Amino acid sequence: MNKNSKSFELLFRGLAILLAVLFASLVLLLAKANPLEAFRYLIVGAFGTTGKILDVLVSWVPLALATAGLLFTFTAGLWNIGVEGQITLGAVFTTAALRLLMNSGLPPGLIIFLAILAGALGGALWASLVGVLKIYGGVNEIFGGLGLNFVSVAITIWLIFGPWKRPGTGSMSGTEPFPRELHLPVLGNSNLSVWSLVLAVLGIVLVYILLRNTYFGLRLRAVGKNSRAAFLLGVPTNRYAMLAFFLCGIFAGLAGAVQVTAVYYRLIPSISSGYGFLGLLVAMLVNFNAIWAALVAFFFAALNIGSIQLPLMMRLDSTLSGVIQGSLVLFVLLMDGVRRRITGKR
Amino acid sequence: MNETILIGLAGVIAAATPVVFASIGETITERAGVINLSANGTILLTAMAGFAVAVNTGSLLLGFLTGALIGALVAAIVAFSSITLKQSQVAVGFVLALMCRDLAYFLGDPYNSVSGPFLTPTPIPLLKDIPVLGTLLFKQDILVYLSYLLIIGAALYMFKTRPGLILRGIGERPAAAFVRGANVNRLRYLYTILGGAMVGLAGPMYSLSYKAGWKGTISGLDGIGWIALAITIFGGWSPIKAAFGSYFFVFLQWLGLVLQSSLTNIPSQVLQVAPFPLMILALLLVNIGNAEWVERALAAMPDRLRHLISGLLRSLRSSPPASLGVPFENE
Repeated sequence: MNKNSKSFELLFRGLAILLAVLFASLVLLLAKANPLEAFRYLIVGAFGTTGKILDVLVSWVPLALATAGLLFTFTAGLWNIGVEGQITLGAVFTTAALRLLMNSGLPPGLIIFLAILAGALGGALWASLVGVLKIYGGVNEIFGGLGLNFVSVAITIWLIFGPWKRPGTGSMSGTEPFPRELHLPVLGNSNLSVWSLVLAVLGIVLVYILLRNTYFGLRLRAVGKNSRAAFLLGVPTNRYAMLAFFLCGIFAGLAGAVQVTAVYYRLIPSISSGYGFLGLLVAMLVNFNAIWAALVAFFFAALNIGSIQLPLMMRLDSTLSGVIQGSLVLFVLLMDGVRRRITGKR
Repeated sequence: MNETILIGLAGVIAAATPVVFASIGETITERAGVINLSANGTILLTAMAGFAVAVNTGSLLLGFLTGALIGALVAAIVAFSSITLKQSQVAVGFVLALMCRDLAYFLGDPYNSVSGPFLTPTPIPLLKDIPVLGTLLFKQDILVYLSYLLIIGAALYMFKTRPGLILRGIGERPAAAFVRGANVNRLRYLYTILGGAMVGLAGPMYSLSYKAGWKGTISGLDGIGWIALAITIFGGWSPIKAAFGSYFFVFLQWLGLVLQSSLTNIPSQVLQVAPFPLMILALLLVNIGNAEWVERALAAMPDRLRHLISGLLRSLRSSPPASLGVPFENE
C-alpha cells in the first residue's frame, strides 16, 4: 500500500478507534462488568427511542457551541483551557440579565434574546481576561485560564448562596427556577429547544466559513502555524490572538446561555457541565474542521447520554463515557505519531 | 504562640506535603524540558488505586508503591508520545489529565466510602520536644519527614551536583548538553518518569494519610494537580521555592477556613478558591517582566525610576527552561 495515501491515514484512525474500544473493554473487565453488555446499553441509551436521540441533541448544542469557539483559539495555536470558566460566566451573565429584566414588562422573547446576548458578552469578557493576561502580562494561557476557571466556580457558588439565593436558604441545587415564559420553547414534550439547535447549527456553519473561506481565517492560521513569521509578514499577531480569545468566549458564553435558558432554567454550581474540557478533546480530533467538529461532538454527546443508563442497569459509574472519550483522543494522538514515524513525515 | 494556631499550622504542613511532592516532581520533569500536564488526573487515579490496593492487601507500603508506579506509567506515556512520537506534550498531557480522572471515578466506585488503613503520625523523639518547632515539624507522619529530605535533596541535586547540572542543561540547551556527551532523550525519559512517580505518590498521600479514604467526586482532590502545576511556575522551577509555594497555598486555604467562623455569610467553597486569584496575581508578577510593552514603558521612564522598577521586576522574574516543551533531535 502507498504509505502516503489517504487510506493509510484512515487505517491508523481505524486502528486508534479499535485500540480505544479494547482499552474501554479492559477497563470494564477490571470493574467486573461485561463489556458487550455495557456497549449495548450505551447505544440503546443514546439512540433507543426518539426521546433519547433528542436528549443527545440537547447535550450536543452546548458542546458544539463550545467546540466551535475553541476552533478559533486552536487555529491561533492557543490552549484556551479557560473555556470552562467562559461557559460559566456566560451562564452567570444570562442569569443576571434574566433576573434584571424579568419584571420589566418587556416581551419574554425579547428578554430571552437579550439574556443570550448578555451570555455571549460574559463569555467574551472572561476570555479576553485570559488574553490580556497572556499578551500583556506574560501569563501562559493554560494557567491563567485554569485559575479563572476556579474563580468562575467561586463566583457562581457565591451568587447561589448569597445575592441570588432561593427564598429561605441557598442550596447546591441552584437559584430559583425562572418562570415558564422565560424558557426557550421546547419541541413537543421533549427537552430539546429548536431555537438552541438552530443557534448551534448556525454557529458551526459560521465558524466553518470564517476559518475556511476568509482572509481572516487564513491569517489566523498563519498566526497559529508560525507566529513569528506571521508577524514579520505584517499580521498583527497580538490583535489576532486577542480576537481568537474574544470569539471563542462569545461561543462559550452562548453555550452557557443555552444551559440557563434551555436546559436548567436556573443557575446551578456546575453549570458548565464539563462541556468546555470535552470541547477541547473534540477540537483535538478534528484538525480545525468545524463540520467534523459537529459530527464528533454528536458522537461524544451520544456517549454522555448513553452512559446515564450504566448506573441504572449495571451499577457502574457513568464516567465510563469520559474514559472512552479520553482514550479515543489519546489513541488517535498516539497512532498519528506512529504513522508519521513510519512514513517519515513531520 | 497559641497552641491551637500552632496545631493548625502543623496541619498546614501536613496538608501541603502531597502538593510539595507533586510540584517538585513536576519541577524536575520541566527542568528536563518536558511538560507533563497530566498531574490532576494522575493524583486522582493514584489516590484511588493506592487506596484500593491498601484495602485489599492491608499493606500501606504497597498502596504507596502502586501510586508511584501508576504515576511513572502515565508519565511514560507522555514521554513516549512527545519524545519518541513527537506529538504535542500539552495535548497528550491534557487528555491524560481528563481520562485518568474519569478512570479514577469509574474504577473507584466500589471503594467509595469504604474504610481502610491509613498512616498515623510518628513523633520523632527529642526533636518533638523542641518548643514551637517540635509541634510544628516533628509530630508528623513519615511522609512529611520524607518531604523535608526531598526538598533539600532535590535542591542540592539540581544546583550542586554534576548530574543536576546536566538535568538543567537538557532543559535549557539540549544541543550543548548533547555535544558534552549527555543522552538528551534518554535522560528526558528518565526525569519525566521520575517526576511522574513523585506526582503519583501525592495521590496515596491523600487517600492513605491526610484525607484518608476514597469518596469519589467529593474526595476534594479534583484541582490539586492543576494547583501543583501552577506552583511549579510560581516557584520559578526551583524545588525550594516550589515547596514554599505549596505551603503558602495551603496556608491561604487554611486561613480561609479559619476566617469562615467570622465571615459566616461567605460560603466555604468561595474561601477555598481564594488562593487562585492570588496565584494569578503571583504569576502575573513573576512574568510581567518578560512582556514586551513593559520594556518599552521602562525605556520611556526617568533613569532612577527605571532602575528601581526594573530591579524589582528582575528580582521577581522567573523564566522557564529555554527548551521547555521543545522536542530534541540529535542530528
